[in-house]
Amino acid sequence: MAAEQTPLRRFWSEFAESKLALLGLAVLVVVMVIAVAAPLLAPQNPYDLSQLDIMDGKLAPGEQSAAGKTHLLGTDDQGRDMLSGIFYGLRISLGVGLVSTVFALGIGLTLGMVAAYFGGWADTLIMRIVDIQLSFPAILIALILLAVFGQGVDKVVIALVTVQWAYYARTVRASALVERQKEYVEAATVLALSKPRIVFRHMLPNCLPPLIVVATVQVAHAISLEATLSFLGLGMPVTEPSLGLLISNGFTYLMSGKYWISFYPGVALLVTIMAINLVADQLRDVLNPRLKK
Amino acid sequence: MLAYFLRRLSQSALVLLAMSLIVFLGVYAIGNPIDLLVNPQADEVERVRATVALGLDKPLYVQYWTFLKGAVTGDLGRSFVFGVPALDLILSKMPATLELALFAMVLAVFIGIPLGLVAGLKPDSMVGRGIMAFSIVGFSLPTFWVGLILIMFFAVQLGWLPSNGRGDTVLLFGVPVSFLTVDGLSHLFLPAVNLALFKLSLLIRLTRAQVREAVLQDYVKFARAKGLSPSRVIGVHILKNIMIPIVTVIGLEFGSVIAFAIVTESIFAWPGTGKLLIDSINQLDRPVIVAYLMVIVTLFIAINFVVDMVYSLLDPRVRLGQAAGAGH
Amino acid sequence: MSDGTKPVLQVENLQTHFFTKAGVVKAVDGVSFSVERGQVMGLVGESGSGKSMTGYSLMGLVDAPGRIVDGHIWLNGVDVTRHDNADWRTLRGNRVAMIFQDPMMTLNPVLRIDTQMMEAITAHHHVSRQEALKRCRAALAQVGIASPDERLQAYPHQFSGGMRQRVAIAIALLNKPDVIIADEPTTALDVTIQGQILFEMQKLCRESGTALIWITHDLSVVAGLADKIAVMYAGKIVEAGSVADVLDRPMHPYTSGLLGSVPSSNVRGKPLRQIRGMTPSLLAIGSGCAFRDRCDDRAAACEAMPTFDVSAPHAARCHFPRLP
Repeated sequence: MAAEQTPLRRFWSEFAESKLALLGLAVLVVVMVIAVAAPLLAPQNPYDLSQLDIMDGKLAPGEQSAAGKTHLLGTDDQGRDMLSGIFYGLRISLGVGLVSTVFALGIGLTLGMVAAYFGGWADTLIMRIVDIQLSFPAILIALILLAVFGQGVDKVVIALVTVQWAYYARTVRASALVERQKEYVEAATVLALSKPRIVFRHMLPNCLPPLIVVATVQVAHAISLEATLSFLGLGMPVTEPSLGLLISNGFTYLMSGKYWISFYPGVALLVTIMAINLVADQLRDVLNPRLKK
Repeated sequence: MLAYFLRRLSQSALVLLAMSLIVFLGVYAIGNPIDLLVNPQADEVERVRATVALGLDKPLYVQYWTFLKGAVTGDLGRSFVFGVPALDLILSKMPATLELALFAMVLAVFIGIPLGLVAGLKPDSMVGRGIMAFSIVGFSLPTFWVGLILIMFFAVQLGWLPSNGRGDTVLLFGVPVSFLTVDGLSHLFLPAVNLALFKLSLLIRLTRAQVREAVLQDYVKFARAKGLSPSRVIGVHILKNIMIPIVTVIGLEFGSVIAFAIVTESIFAWPGTGKLLIDSINQLDRPVIVAYLMVIVTLFIAINFVVDMVYSLLDPRVRLGQAAGAGH
Repeated sequence: MSDGTKPVLQVENLQTHFFTKAGVVKAVDGVSFSVERGQVMGLVGESGSGKSMTGYSLMGLVDAPGRIVDGHIWLNGVDVTRHDNADWRTLRGNRVAMIFQDPMMTLNPVLRIDTQMMEAITAHHHVSRQEALKRCRAALAQVGIASPDERLQAYPHQFSGGMRQRVAIAIALLNKPDVIIADEPTTALDVTIQGQILFEMQKLCRESGTALIWITHDLSVVAGLADKIAVMYAGKIVEAGSVADVLDRPMHPYTSGLLGSVPSSNVRGKPLRQIRGMTPSLLAIGSGCAFRDRCDDRAAACEAMPTFDVSAPHAARCHFPRLP
């Protein structure tokens, strides 16, 4: 009675078994829409100095400004609308997280496959570096890089990429090693297909499932790491305020009860990261062959 | 076993050497070492004098040798801000950081593993799902934000616990510790919980995953077929198997806890090495940064080495080696 | 013997079903047989025939989403079918024991052999450590393991596959059970060891009067070992009888197909005979004879499930059984 499902449809139906994961996915879609369309959706451009009036500073959520506009989430000390700030902040946080993940994925994937396929000294060298790097916590490496090289968006991305590529390399290499033993690789080699072709067109698709899971989790890590670095004052510059920087701005006002300057950006950050993790969790369960009975 | 021990020891020494080279190159070759090692307030005359005194005009390999000699004897420069040897400064702050890290780790282990066990044994129950949901939340929350919330709630709103600094200390084996005083505990509590939350969630998830895989194994079926009680199957058979990878992870994560302490210490103004590092970065006290790096790298390499050894002792398959064909 | 005429194990119309998202899988669909004290029964079938699930049902080890839906199991005259877990635990490893297929994974790799043996005893009897060790040594000697004290201190990975399986057998024998269920215990071992273990198990069961159910897909294994054979297909028993009857005068086309496809009974140089078609998925059998799509003697009557006469000494579930 069970109809023959295409792998994609079966994947989706298994994924959809978790209501939480679906919720996460929905939230994620909303967050991405906000991030992409922030200039259109935000009630105010918080970085357009002409629109700001410092007299509107530190308004509580729901209060009205002198010009009669209601600030749903209040304003910060400069009079910037929190809601708008959060929209723009999401854009930057998400943007930095995704860009760094993509670059790290590219580097890590290539190096991991090279290591697995060619073996020998290339493998040993690459994996030694990976091992050493992975034995140090990401935050430490990122901190030191930024302390030495200074601040700036590009430096933050470089730090994030440096911290992440090793995970991908290790994951890809592990899968590729398994795949290399399989017969289709032998067959392709016998057919004298070129090495890069074997690696990228034949082995790679089979190595993807664990990679997808790792990449998804890593986006969340990258976003979280960037937020932490910005909070410590070593991340994004003031001109490109990510959510971490917004939270940092509001920290000093926490003690005097003006919690919303820190709190709401924090909630936005939290919701984004949780949504990604929910999706990643379900992806992992669905794609894990060892849990299939 | 001895051969393995010696091999790992020499490997660790090599990694340490390599790291020292990387740090050295980063400071002396890539960065401007004069900026790093000479007080930025110094004037031109001072800088020239310092350049010669520090040997910065000599070839790079000579400088590296000087650097190494200094590292081994414990001379890693002087702090600009405090004027004391950088290494001494860092070591004086270590007890505070270690105390925080250990407390957090203990919390994470003794709460995380039992919860993970329950979640793994009953994955579809209300309790199981609740624990997993909690672990996702704990895992996703950035440490600094949790710290903020803790302060907001417990210190500002409720006023139960202090939000910064370290409490009163007493000397334990010559090392100042604060958990033995009530005041110390009250100051330790919030930062430790903050630091523990992420690791706790990690341990819950790890334990759960291990348990879920373990119950599918044949030896569990066989144990049940012998008529063993569930508590024995779980408490002895499953637990002993999963403890090996879990202990390894705990060991490795300890290093990570010390690193994450940087954030917690900054938020709670806990006077440990992490806060020192951030302050030093902000104040451009670069000798301290370099010294911190070397200490942490050494610590990490040591932790990795110890964990490797402990793992090979715990797993009888590694400890006793494979003895194939030991009779039919 | 007081229960001289009563079989030690009796199974009547056992139904073990699995309630999956794709539908109800009738892994064991109306199985009935009995085993006398000291008798060896071979339960033969291919993967998916339900033979292993029958074995698990006899131990109460059927896990969700499966459960015993109908039928009865009498162990020593006691109906154990509806026992709850606590009751089953008093029986498992005690009155009915099981040996599994892969000796590599059935013994816990991080526990010593003596731990794993003694716990099987202490779970059911209050004996001192000395006494328990004594019994372990005796059991190891029974299965032909020399220098038992050394072996007891060791870990499973230090043994070869054959040795580990002997330890598993020793554990099964520790509490002198009435029935041992062996689920393909020699499939993972090489052929010479297989022969040894088969012989030793036969001897042990005869000596101790323990009934043995040997589950396998390999007919040649049970040929020399069993007293009687039951052949399973798609969750049902399709033929049962004494070993001589079933192997020399098979009645069911599946049994004769199996016997015919054994390489040694084929003529050299000619293609190997096979049963055409494939095992049906247990979700898609329908109501007629499960074998009909692969049977050369198929007729209209085969759209109805044939009956099986449990009381006959040699019977087959077929409308047109081959008669001698």
